[in-house]
Amino acid sequence: MVKLKDLTKNKGLLSGGHRLCQGCGASVIVHQALQVVENPVVIAVATGCLEVSTTIYPFTAWRTSFIHNAFENAASTLSGVETAYRSLKKQGKLAADYNFIAFGGDGGTYDIGFQALSGAMERGHRLLYICYDNGAYMNTGIQRSSATPWGANTTTSPVGKVIPGKKQYRKELTEIIAAHNVPYVAQASPYHWKDFSRKVKKALEVAGPSFINVLSVCPRGWRTAENKGMEITKIAVETNVWPLYEIEDGEYHITYKPKKARPVIEWLKPQGRFKHLFAEANTGMVEQIQQHVNRRWQKLLKLSGQAQ
Amino acid sequence: MSEQIALTGNEALALAMKQINPDVVAAYPITPQTEVVQLFSQFVADGVVDTEFVTVESEHSAMSATVGASAGGARAMTATSANGLALMWEIVYIAASTRLPIVMPVVNRALSGPINIHCDHSDAMGARDSGWLQLFGENAQAAYDNVIQALRIAEHRDVMLPVMVNMDGFIISHAVENIKPLADQDIRDFIGEYQPAYSLLDPDQTTTYGPLDLQDFYFEHKRQQVDGLEHALEVVLDIGREFYQLTGRDYGYFEKYRLDDAEIALIGLASTMGTAREAVNNLRKEGIKAGLINLRLFRPFPVQALREALQDIKVLGVMDRADTFSLNGGPLFGEIRNTLFDFGNKLKIVNYIYGLGGRDINLSDLEGIFRQLLEVKENGKVKQLVNYYGVRE
Repeated sequence: MVKLKDLTKNKGLLSGGHRLCQGCGASVIVHQALQVVENPVVIAVATGCLEVSTTIYPFTAWRTSFIHNAFENAASTLSGVETAYRSLKKQGKLAADYNFIAFGGDGGTYDIGFQALSGAMERGHRLLYICYDNGAYMNTGIQRSSATPWGANTTTSPVGKVIPGKKQYRKELTEIIAAHNVPYVAQASPYHWKDFSRKVKKALEVAGPSFINVLSVCPRGWRTAENKGMEITKIAVETNVWPLYEIEDGEYHITYKPKKARPVIEWLKPQGRFKHLFAEANTGMVEQIQQHVNRRWQKLLKLSGQAQ
Repeated sequence: MSEQIALTGNEALALAMKQINPDVVAAYPITPQTEVVQLFSQFVADGVVDTEFVTVESEHSAMSATVGASAGGARAMTATSANGLALMWEIVYIAASTRLPIVMPVVNRALSGPINIHCDHSDAMGARDSGWLQLFGENAQAAYDNVIQALRIAEHRDVMLPVMVNMDGFIISHAVENIKPLADQDIRDFIGEYQPAYSLLDPDQTTTYGPLDLQDFYFEHKRQQVDGLEHALEVVLDIGREFYQLTGRDYGYFEKYRLDDAEIALIGLASTMGTAREAVNNLRKEGIKAGLINLRLFRPFPVQALREALQDIKVLGVMDRADTFSLNGGPLFGEIRNTLFDFGNKLKIVNYIYGLGGRDINLSDLEGIFRQLLEVKENGKVKQLVNYYGVRE
């Protein structure tokens, strides 16, 4: 069991002094994930905010071995490292036990890195892939991704005179990865740190690939105040916009269930990227989002055996 | 030393990889390289290698996983052809700039489009500026020998760069030849136990691969890659000498054939040069002073040695099995003209772009090309600088 007291004492594997924005969710997620890692760990990071902000030569914020290769190949790169590990172990050339964790944003994970991720999951490498999902290509200036929510304003799904933001719902990557028949898949949030760290621990214990999709606030892209990130992340869970669940060997479990789901308007309202939804011309869009969230939640209840 | 055996080019490559026994191979099948991947998979399935084989879902992931494995302290290899190499392209550059000693056989095939599976060098030439060393070989024996030597060259601490070992698709990959493989133990002794310079899996220190490298250092790091290639010029010869002592087979930057008193000569790469050797023999019987250079090392380009080798040649034909679409000749032609620009002699040069998409070139074609060079020598004029040889126009 992870204890908050222990966590605060642990200086962690990602040092301060990195150059991520104030209020960014990514460093919090990395910090929480690595708090529970007991073995030496090799980190692979996809090109993106986390990468460009933590390893600017000749500095690094990582107290671990670290590899960045390119944008779309964190999973295949780390699968190579993990294979080297198995080969060297098998041949008696390496004694130490290692863990392998990849971090990618939603761009590097849902979109350009999707094939490499799918390949690595299917092949069964013992590695954990953590997606910090902030719902757009934030590193290049807030372009839409397949993780961007319906209706959100981004620089490539801008709100215009005839189109009110993104026209597609986000891809359910967590379920897609589960469909690879990997032993452990989960969705998490850094506000629910205990739930998240327990999931990381579980993921590292399984003898195969694992994937955790984590909601990551981006104050720049979401147009939110820097000090409101954790609160908004909490609301995402309380509104069922970002349910917390895990899929162990194909079995769905909801790991946190709000007593009474809060309306999605509470999630949408504090975010500038959804501001236009409240304009008169766009009446009905909030309701449409609410319907979608409700449908998704019902589906999750069914998948976890809690509804017919 | 072991006996002579009959193998296809692909079988020879797979055998070399088996004897090297790399820690990791990550590869994706593509015609005409496919057989290499299949044979190697069988070696893994039969437990005759220690290698962990990564059955990646694409060549992009093949190179990515190979980079990861190499950074993880493994001796790591892959192999590809044509479009596979093109799909790897981004990571091919990263492998070189990361200074990873990866060896990759490339079974040369025309790069799409239009799609074509047969031999030319457009795939390798597309990667000529990636920072890899590029070796070419005339036949299965050369491909086999080059793979073994490439490992030593790549891993040499003064080089630390990946090496591409090129072999002509189908013409060599699918044709059976007699080759003399080395004994397993000789190869083990020759290549030695792999000691990575820096490993992600070094329990004594953490290692960072692939940091963001901005205006302050990027240029210096690119310059260091050039240093590595400069050192490679020496290392290629040293390893070649060592290999000669072991096998009696002689490898340097290039093979000079009947060049010493030659007046006209061809320079080119790979299997065509075997046919050209026969053309030289035929012309010599007529008293024509023909010779050739069979170039083995294309990257780095052995400028000084070529200047010396070509100093007495009157007319040189440059054989390119790829085009640059610059309207200024093929890739080898560009290198050769650049090499000889300051030479200060009266050497005439003619470029022949030939064999694209596997278009055959035979003995009489090559004799014909030599006769064209002879004509240039006799009347002192190059009628057409860049010639598309063997194409219907």
